[in-house]
Amino acid sequence: MVARAAREIAPGMVVNLGIGLPTKVVDHLDPDLSVCLHTENGLSGIGPTLPPECANSNLIDAGGAYVSTVPGSAFFDSAVSFALVRSGRLDLTMLGAFEVSQSGDLANWKIPGRFSPGAGGGIELAQKARRVVVLTTHTDRAGNPKLKDTCTLPITARGCVARIFTDMAVIDVTPAGFALIELAHGVSAAEVCAATGAALALPRGDIPTF
Amino acid sequence: MRLADKSTTMQEALSGLGDGATVMVGGFGVPGTPFTLIRDLVRLGLRNLTVIKNDANETGMGIDHLLASGQVTRLITTHIGLNPRAIEMMNSGAIEVEFNAQGILAERIRAGGAGLGGILTDIGEETELTAGKPRIEIAGKRLVVETALRADVALIHAERADPFGNLRYVATARNFNPLMAMAADRVIAEAERIVPLGDLAGDDVHTPGPFVDHVVALGPLSEEYAVVRR
Repeated sequence: MVARAAREIAPGMVVNLGIGLPTKVVDHLDPDLSVCLHTENGLSGIGPTLPPECANSNLIDAGGAYVSTVPGSAFFDSAVSFALVRSGRLDLTMLGAFEVSQSGDLANWKIPGRFSPGAGGGIELAQKARRVVVLTTHTDRAGNPKLKDTCTLPITARGCVARIFTDMAVIDVTPAGFALIELAHGVSAAEVCAATGAALALPRGDIPTF
Repeated sequence: MRLADKSTTMQEALSGLGDGATVMVGGFGVPGTPFTLIRDLVRLGLRNLTVIKNDANETGMGIDHLLASGQVTRLITTHIGLNPRAIEMMNSGAIEVEFNAQGILAERIRAGGAGLGGILTDIGEETELTAGKPRIEIAGKRLVVETALRADVALIHAERADPFGNLRYVATARNFNPLMAMAADRVIAEAERIVPLGDLAGDDVHTPGPFVDHVVALGPLSEEYAVVRR
C-alpha cells in the first residue's frame, strides 16, 4: 500500500508526508523523480532518512526522524513553514487517520481519555493542502472499520480527504460517498465492503489490483 | 558608534524572575531546544510557570525536567505525543494543556512579537481547538480570532551570536526560536559560539540584536543536544 501511495506523487509537486505510515512513502520514491518534500519544522527539500550514526542532530523531520538535505534545500522558521501550507503552495499531503467519514472528514489527533497527543501541524495540512490523501490500515487493532458513515472522534478537518490508501484497497471520497478504485492483491471487493463502516460504491467491470 | 555588549552569565540573565512567570521555550524536538537554560530554570526552582513550547520534548529531556519537578501548571503547545509524562499529567489534571494548531501557535507568537493584538484565521474552525474562541465576519468569511501571545521571558538557542545579541540558527533548529525571540519582555539566548561584533555579517543575521536582552555562551554541549538513539 505504501508503494501504491507513492505513485500518487507526480513530478514537480511540493509534498508533505505526515507522521506514521506516510513517512515510509519516501523509501518508495524514484530517486530521479523531481519532487520537493516539505516538513513542518522548517525544511523544504528533504533527502533520504539517515541512521543515528551518520545523523546531524540539528536536522530532523516533524516526526523526529533524522533526515538529510538535497541540493537546493531551504530552512525556515515555523511561521514561514505554515505560511507555505496555508497559502496553497502544498500540492499534496499524506496523513495518517484514526477515522475517515464518507464525506471526507478526518479524525487523527485525539482519542478522548486514551491518547491525546495534540494535532501538531495536522489541522493546517488537512485543511489547506491542495490534495489530502490518507494512508491507514483498513481497520483498527480490534478489527473495527476506520472508514465510517461519520467520525465519532474529535475531527481534525471536515471534508478534506480525497483518497484513502489502505492495506485492502484504494478508495476515493466522492460527493456520493466512498468509491472503490483498486483492490490489494488477493483481497475481494466483498471483503473490503465487510471491513468498511459505510456504503462502498463498486466500479463496473474488472477492478484493478495493486 | 559601538553596539552594547549583552553577554552575561546564566544566573544574571535569569535573576529577578518570579513564580507564576510565562516562559517561551524555543525548539522542535531536540533541534533548537535551549537545554542549558531549561536546566537553570529548574535549578532556580520557580513555581506555577506557564510554559509555551511547540512540544514537551521526551522523557528525561528539556521540558520534561520542568514537568518532573512540578514547576509547570500550564502548557501551551501543539503536540506532546513523545512525552508520556506530559500526557499523564494532562490526563490526571496535574497540568493544564492548551493545544494549538502548530502554525497558529507560531502566528500568535509572531503577532505578540510584532506588537499586534492577534490574528484572524479559518484554521480549526470546526474543531475542539477553537471552541469558545470569538468569531468575526470579514468579507463574508467567518474567522476565528486568535489572540497574540507574549511571555515574561523567552529562552532561545542559537548556533551563533555576537555580543550585541544578533543571532543565527542552524538547519531545523530555527523553528520557533526567531518568533519567540521577538515576543518576550526578557529574551535570553544561549549560543554555541559567541563571535566578535562584525563576524556575523548583517545579511546572515536571523534575529536582530535589538530584540535580545542577554547572550549566554554555552560550554561544551551536553548529551541532551546530541543525536537521540531511540
